[in-house]
Amino acid sequence: MESGAQHAMARLMELYRLMARIRTFEEVALAAHAAGELPGYLHPSIGQEAVAAGVCSVLRRDDRITSTHRGHGHALAKGAEVKGMMRELFGRAGGVCRGKGGSMHIADFSIGMLGANGVVAGGIPIAVGAAQGLRLLGSDAIVACFFGDGAINRGPFLEGLNWAALYRLPVLFVCEDNAVAAFTAACTVTAGPGVVARAESCGVAAESVDGNDVEAVAEAAARLIARVRRGDGPQLLHARTYRLLGHTSTDQAAWRDPDEVTRARANDPLIRARDRLRAAGVAEADLDAILAEARAEMEAARADALQAPWPEAAEAWEDVQDIGAEPVEQL
Amino acid sequence: MDASFLSPTPTVETITLVEATRRAVAQEMRRDPFVWVLGEDVARGGIFGQYRGLIDAFGPERIVSTPISEATLMGAGLGAALVGTRPIIEMRIFDFALCAMDELVNQIAKIRYMFGGQAKPAVVIRAPHGLWRSSAAQHSQSLEAWFAHLPGLVVAVPATPADAAGLLVAAIRSDDPVLFFEPKALFGATGPVPEEIAPLPFGLARHVRGGDDLTLVCWSSIVPDCERAAQALERDGVGVDLFDLRTLWPWDESAVLASVARTRRLLVVHEAVRTGGFGGEIVARVVECLGPGALKAVRRVGAPRLPVPFSPPLEDAMRVTETKIIAAAKSLLAA
Ligand SMILES: Cc1ncc(C[n+]2csc(CCOP(=O)(O)OP(=O)(O)O)c2C)c(N)n1
Repeated sequence: MESGAQHAMARLMELYRLMARIRTFEEVALAAHAAGELPGYLHPSIGQEAVAAGVCSVLRRDDRITSTHRGHGHALAKGAEVKGMMRELFGRAGGVCRGKGGSMHIADFSIGMLGANGVVAGGIPIAVGAAQGLRLLGSDAIVACFFGDGAINRGPFLEGLNWAALYRLPVLFVCEDNAVAAFTAACTVTAGPGVVARAESCGVAAESVDGNDVEAVAEAAARLIARVRRGDGPQLLHARTYRLLGHTSTDQAAWRDPDEVTRARANDPLIRARDRLRAAGVAEADLDAILAEARAEMEAARADALQAPWPEAAEAWEDVQDIGAEPVEQL
Repeated sequence: MDASFLSPTPTVETITLVEATRRAVAQEMRRDPFVWVLGEDVARGGIFGQYRGLIDAFGPERIVSTPISEATLMGAGLGAALVGTRPIIEMRIFDFALCAMDELVNQIAKIRYMFGGQAKPAVVIRAPHGLWRSSAAQHSQSLEAWFAHLPGLVVAVPATPADAAGLLVAAIRSDDPVLFFEPKALFGATGPVPEEIAPLPFGLARHVRGGDDLTLVCWSSIVPDCERAAQALERDGVGVDLFDLRTLWPWDESAVLASVARTRRLLVVHEAVRTGGFGGEIVARVVECLGPGALKAVRRVGAPRLPVPFSPPLEDAMRVTETKIIAAAKSLLAA
């Protein structure tokens, strides 16, 4: 009994560490963006870390995931290497996608991360196909497919759920419901009772979870994944969470009700994990140390990215296609 | 001395284009257990019989009849390629692929690039296209030019059974995504196809016939009309150097340039709408490479910029025909 509780706390500690790494990765990236160090813009997932951490913590390394435009957390939680990711955000040589993708197109196939996606719901058909392919290969790996609450109003959501259910594919759909779709409250543009009912209408078993409770997410994901692995067909996890920042790094989200945001801040998944750990006897200083260590890791990655060379211009011509690739133009 | 017994001639059979593609798929599925087909009604043989009998040979895990979900057909094919299989995505009729443009244009064509070379989108998208039996505006389009414009894709446009089979084998084995346009109007056309189908390299035109007076470039469903036009012109003493491009991206620029350098007259013919068609690209490249002074005359023949009408006389009015090709050639020679 005692050792079971200890084990659970050790696990929560690891989940907290993972969430702290996701949080600080994005905070450091946002600071770098504000300082003009990285081009483009970012879609921060601050406040949503428990979904990525909880789900990916119960995946195997050879399981695959597909992700969204808000995908830093998914990539890190699946095991992507921080320096390669940070360099990618900076558009530098040594980026995990060689500077071709940036924040919105992070992928790391070496750890089964089949890509963020710049198109809402774009990962859903890819995920179900990956699951179908894995079955043909004779693999027992599964696919976790992350998407936002905005994605459930796009056609590929219906197509993908029907398809996965039809062939009983090994997919865990994860609807990361942060209550907004870009600048609009998702509930104002979504008819009917929501994602769980829509999934069930396709014969996909679904359940909702408090997406800011990392242990609850991990536990629910583990249960659903066990069913997926055992051949029960696709399952859907609806994780209710909250996007604490704006849609992108340049959006202050000033249009939101300040009281709503204040309430949400108190429900921050990192704070909740800390509270639980403290209550179990973990010292505040130890929790601070985890956060500081994560921040140091991310600042080191930022410094590394900042000093990394830019890609050679001629690399723009690489990796288009083998047959019929255009020759590099004289620059 | 007859030494043919030393290298036995391969068995060659005369079959239809659609049968040639069926055999190409069957051959590749036998060769590679991770080649598979997904598409509507494919377990029933496909709507043109392209997959007839393959369900019996390969089973429902590899001949997968799907829901009418074009976006997921396209996207799932991609996902399955990302984990290492080689899907053949059957689009039934190309016009329906327009429901899957995100998956084709934003995902398949760009995924290798965006991810810095990590992804291998080894899919074949089979796309029966073009005019066929009064199918009207949403089942008759030839939109190959859109996709030649799109970085990341290989675009095949065969016109004969042998070329369709050879290019399909090459497409299945290719790590690049191949958009494989098949001329519905020529599915029943027959020609010799070897029993063992070798991959045909992309980017090599078929030199259909030689001639010194003008260069004629064409592809896909219009090729037989161009051949007949060339024969008629030859009877009138006009030599036509006729090329069937077979693939639009890459296309055989050097063969066309060498021919036009000699004939100094270029006629490009396609079934697709003339405006913005790939013929314009071919003309532009020839002028850029040879210089405007090298050319005596240039013409494009294509459809007028109209949706495809239903009624046969209306459809015929916009169709590119042998007569129109001959008229264009003659005006070219007069110039
Ligand atoms: C097909 C498509 N339409 C519109 C957009 C622009 N866009 C980017 S994110 C977003 C909101 C998506 O909402 P949701 O899926 O809930 O994810 P969230 O941004 O809330 O994390 C929109 C509309 C897009 N990327 N793709």
